[in-house]
Amino acid sequence: MGSEAPALIGTSGDSLRESFGKALSELAREFPNLVVLDADIAGGTGVHHFRKSHPERFLQFGIAEQNMMAAAGGLAAVGMLPVVTTFAVFCLRAIEQARLSLAYSRRNAKIVASHPGLDVGPDGASAQALEDLAAFRAIPGMTVISPADPIETALATRAILEFDGPVYMRTGRSPAKRLFGADHRFEIGKGQVLRQGTDVTVVACGVEVARALEAAEQLASQDVAVRVVNMPTIKPIDTVLLARCAEETGCVVTAEDHNINGGLGGAVAEALAATRPCPIEFVGVRDVFGASGEPEELAVLFGIGSGGIVEAAKKAIARKRAA
Amino acid sequence: MAFTPKAVIAAPAQQKPTPARDLEVEIERAARFVRRHTIAAIYRAGSGHPGGALSCADILAALFGAELNLWPNTVADPDRDRFVLSKGHAAPALYAIGAHHGYCDATAALALRKIGSPFHGHPHVRDLPFVETSTGSLGQGFSVALGMAMGLKLRNSCARVYALLGDGELQEGEVWEAAMCAAHHKLDNFCAIIDYNKLQSDARNDAIMRLEPLSAKWRAFDWAVAEIDGHDIAALLRTFRRAGATRERPSVIIANTIKGKGVAYMENMPAWHGSVKLTRAQAEEALEGLGANRKEIREYLDGV
Ligand SMILES: Cc1ncc(C[n+]2csc(CCOP(=O)(O)OP(=O)(O)O)c2C)c(N)n1
Ligand SMILES: [Mg+2]
Repeated sequence: MGSEAPALIGTSGDSLRESFGKALSELAREFPNLVVLDADIAGGTGVHHFRKSHPERFLQFGIAEQNMMAAAGGLAAVGMLPVVTTFAVFCLRAIEQARLSLAYSRRNAKIVASHPGLDVGPDGASAQALEDLAAFRAIPGMTVISPADPIETALATRAILEFDGPVYMRTGRSPAKRLFGADHRFEIGKGQVLRQGTDVTVVACGVEVARALEAAEQLASQDVAVRVVNMPTIKPIDTVLLARCAEETGCVVTAEDHNINGGLGGAVAEALAATRPCPIEFVGVRDVFGASGEPEELAVLFGIGSGGIVEAAKKAIARKRAA
Repeated sequence: MAFTPKAVIAAPAQQKPTPARDLEVEIERAARFVRRHTIAAIYRAGSGHPGGALSCADILAALFGAELNLWPNTVADPDRDRFVLSKGHAAPALYAIGAHHGYCDATAALALRKIGSPFHGHPHVRDLPFVETSTGSLGQGFSVALGMAMGLKLRNSCARVYALLGDGELQEGEVWEAAMCAAHHKLDNFCAIIDYNKLQSDARNDAIMRLEPLSAKWRAFDWAVAEIDGHDIAALLRTFRRAGATRERPSVIIANTIKGKGVAYMENMPAWHGSVKLTRAQAEEALEGLGANRKEIREYLDGV
């Protein structure tokens, strides 16, 4: 009965965090300088896999994220390849350390954040980082990545280790839908068209990619042809692909599990304003804090479910026709 | 602040009635309610941190039952005592003691972590009147409490401020920034309580990041330090009184506790530290161990 071990929450093998943790263990052999930094949350971020496989390269900092973040700068300075891991919201706590000691100092250090957005669920608003993409995107020289499924997360994990420079990458807490096969490719700075369409382009990242595909399916039954673009790199954004999609579909919707201010939507709007202006609708949390609840319930409540994307797509198309 | 018992309780028949013993019995009863309610709420939620909520049940019961100059009708009084749950993940225990003393509805508080409920996974100041500040990011609640203690002194209020911290939480540098600041400003209206259950998220403190010598650290920061058994109600009450009489220095109570206290299969078992999902059988076994009968167990787990 009770003496059985408790069921841990959301440790499904298909969450992005678990995929990241496993990939990191597998990559350790190829990257002999790789060290993983933890602040007493390895069970949650996925790096418990690495702790088990490579205990000598697993560095425990205790519950002290600011110290951990700046220490990563020091580790990189002496030739290690540090990967800082914690929840996204605690990366915000240590963002000034990331700014000065990683980005400004131009260190080859990676920050990988689990538990972003409403996807955090019942822990509630205090733990739901809806600002991290915007905040890290505003730091000069910081690459910002948010993969969409477990396969892409594993590929992105390799890519950020191969890349020279500071990176902020979001994973995810909840079990994620598998969207891609073994032949999927990931390149920093590149988006991909996942579904062709001519009426509107939905540009999404993270958990919103699966919802965008659902929305496209729903709209197809109403004779609306939605193009879906997966945009796992928020910075530097794929301006060429965005301009082409804006040109060909005439309007755009962005979708992210993040505040509508400053994240993927902001990046897309900035890119299109400079290249191919068109009507843009933003799907995201509308500048409020989250709440406790299950991720799917919260997605509906805060308008970032597939229904929210359907509505936004219709609005964007209407604006395009009215113009 | 003077020691103000909250309730006058009829003495149990067999026991020698002394007011002090009556109060302790009442506080023990409250702590048992907190533990039961916590288990039920986490079971219903499907997630939550039972270990650290159970370890601080006696501390919360002593604070709310006898120490805090706070009542449901004074939650907006500028001169009320403030309690800050800096280890915000113990929210279910705070909601339960709040329910026990009439600050919120006990049945409503069973909707822990549910959509639309004010009983979020971590306490939120804008959604519940007896929550003094939003917490959930370890270390921050302590700094907010420090600010309250400073502000109350500036306002010449006689109100006191209490903050409950986890031992793992002490690894945050912010805690020691606040500790230095409180001593510098001689905040004798400020009392920290450490829920020293020796465990944190992933393992024992000493495996993650050593804290000892802990009381020497606080002494070196010029705090008045007491180290006690955090499940001994009489000791808690005595130590709160002593803290209240301390002048020119903030007080810290290092309360030695057992993580998961009151639920035999959780006590000191590292697996129960983090956010877990309780099965029906586990919830029933826990409630049974806390003295609930069949009918009460059904009410806790299935009642509406
Ligand atoms: C700044 C911050 N970092 C990490 C966490 C994640 N976290 C939640 S509970 C916990 C362990 C806390 O241990 P402790 O303070 O000893 O609490 P207790 O044993 O009383 O539950 C951690 C690391 C957090 N809430 N805040
Ligand atoms: Mg602890």
